[in-house]
Amino acid sequence: MFSILKTIWLVFLHMFHKRVTVQYPEEKQYLAPRFRGRIILSRDPQGEERCVACYLCASVCPVGCISLQATEDENGRRKPEFFRINFSRCIFCGLCEEACPTYAIQLTPDYEMADYKRQNLVYEKEDLTINGPGKYHDHDFYRVSGLAIGGKDKGEAENESPPVDPKGLLPS
Amino acid sequence: MPENLLQIGLRIAIVVAIFSFAMTMSAALIWLERRLLALWQDRYGPNRVGPFGLLQVLADMIKIFTKEDWVPPFADKAVFVLAPAVIVFTVLMGFAVIPFGPGIWVVDLNIGLLFFLAMSSLGAYSVVLGGWASNNKYSLLGGLRSAAQMLSYEVFMALSLMGVVALAGSFSLRAIVEAQAGLWYVIPQFLGFIVFLIAGIAETHRLPFDLPEAESELVAGFHSEYSGMKFGMFFVGEYLGIAVVSAMITTLYFGGWHGPFLPGVVWFFIKMMVFLSFFILLRATLPRPRYDQLMAYGWKVMLPLALLNLVVTGALILAFE
Repeated sequence: MFSILKTIWLVFLHMFHKRVTVQYPEEKQYLAPRFRGRIILSRDPQGEERCVACYLCASVCPVGCISLQATEDENGRRKPEFFRINFSRCIFCGLCEEACPTYAIQLTPDYEMADYKRQNLVYEKEDLTINGPGKYHDHDFYRVSGLAIGGKDKGEAENESPPVDPKGLLPS
Repeated sequence: MPENLLQIGLRIAIVVAIFSFAMTMSAALIWLERRLLALWQDRYGPNRVGPFGLLQVLADMIKIFTKEDWVPPFADKAVFVLAPAVIVFTVLMGFAVIPFGPGIWVVDLNIGLLFFLAMSSLGAYSVVLGGWASNNKYSLLGGLRSAAQMLSYEVFMALSLMGVVALAGSFSLRAIVEAQAGLWYVIPQFLGFIVFLIAGIAETHRLPFDLPEAESELVAGFHSEYSGMKFGMFFVGEYLGIAVVSAMITTLYFGGWHGPFLPGVVWFFIKMMVFLSFFILLRATLPRPRYDQLMAYGWKVMLPLALLNLVVTGALILAFE
């Protein structure tokens, strides 16, 4: 009996407690620095697409919401012909970002993506690609990789030694 | 003759005023309950529609009126449609005998208290019939529980009020209020007040005694199958029920319209609001007891207490005469 009265009193005292509600559209919640929100595709410092269409993100995606098709341009750079993320499926786990070898796919702190139509949640490459390098300002995959593309031959990448001629007699 | 007409006009005005007061009250209570519950749970509650969310009820009303009003094909149609009307009707009839202020009542019956008890008992039919007519096992269980709850709680509810009647020497609510001019009956009748308070909560199926509804076990209990405005009627009936029980507590134990400085109606309203808020506080606090615990509590604790109260009150009245 006493415990019931005490409970009533304690609940009554909650009148003077601070309310925990965050009044959403006016107030916003604190987002952690590594918050995982809307996915974007970034560009390298030269303004070229970073994505090399390796399919790693699509393979690692636990819900299979990423689909893409690889193609190659005249310089021999691999690119996605289309790149599609179905955000109505996406669970924002960030595995695609972890898997990406070129820092192309990144998660941003934007979570306000609600829409009235499901079809509007399917983002194409044009919707995903941003005009900047995202979180990694100076990274340029083709400049550090040994792959030869048009305008950059073997041995011309950063920190890369010129290729060794295996048939040469001189010490390298 | 014009004097007579004036009298009749005044009576009609009072009836309309009390009716609109009751209906506004039930709507405002829905808002008040949601806001107060939120306050006690450290939330805000509805605060978007209109100032302080006051128009939320209006929005809900528009929604509920535009919803499909569906009668299940397996239901007993006539009874199914009748049941929600019964609860609103009986509770509104209960409002008729309550004196809101000096001269402000629909009718001053000399058996006002009995009339109120009769009407609140009839209200139980609504729940039982609704549960029965739905032809659904959960509804039936809800109706069943309601019947058992009414049987056990009506008994001591009426008994607890007899102390007041004995003190005032009348069943008329006006006479009871007038008899409290010196001393509110909550002091000589404290035990009776506690018993009536608990019985009143059970009578209106409010938490912690909302066993006929019991969302966690019975879907929505007796109104599982109800939709649209028929459900709305049960809802309005429930809130009118709390309002009428609060008004009864005020009338019987807290001196009705008596109070210094302010006009009687205002005092009545303030006292009523305190009890309404207390009911909401109870809802925010207490968990629902088990079915058998409820019955055992009613018959083994509350009934003997009510009887004891009546016997002691009677003995004291005899001794002092």
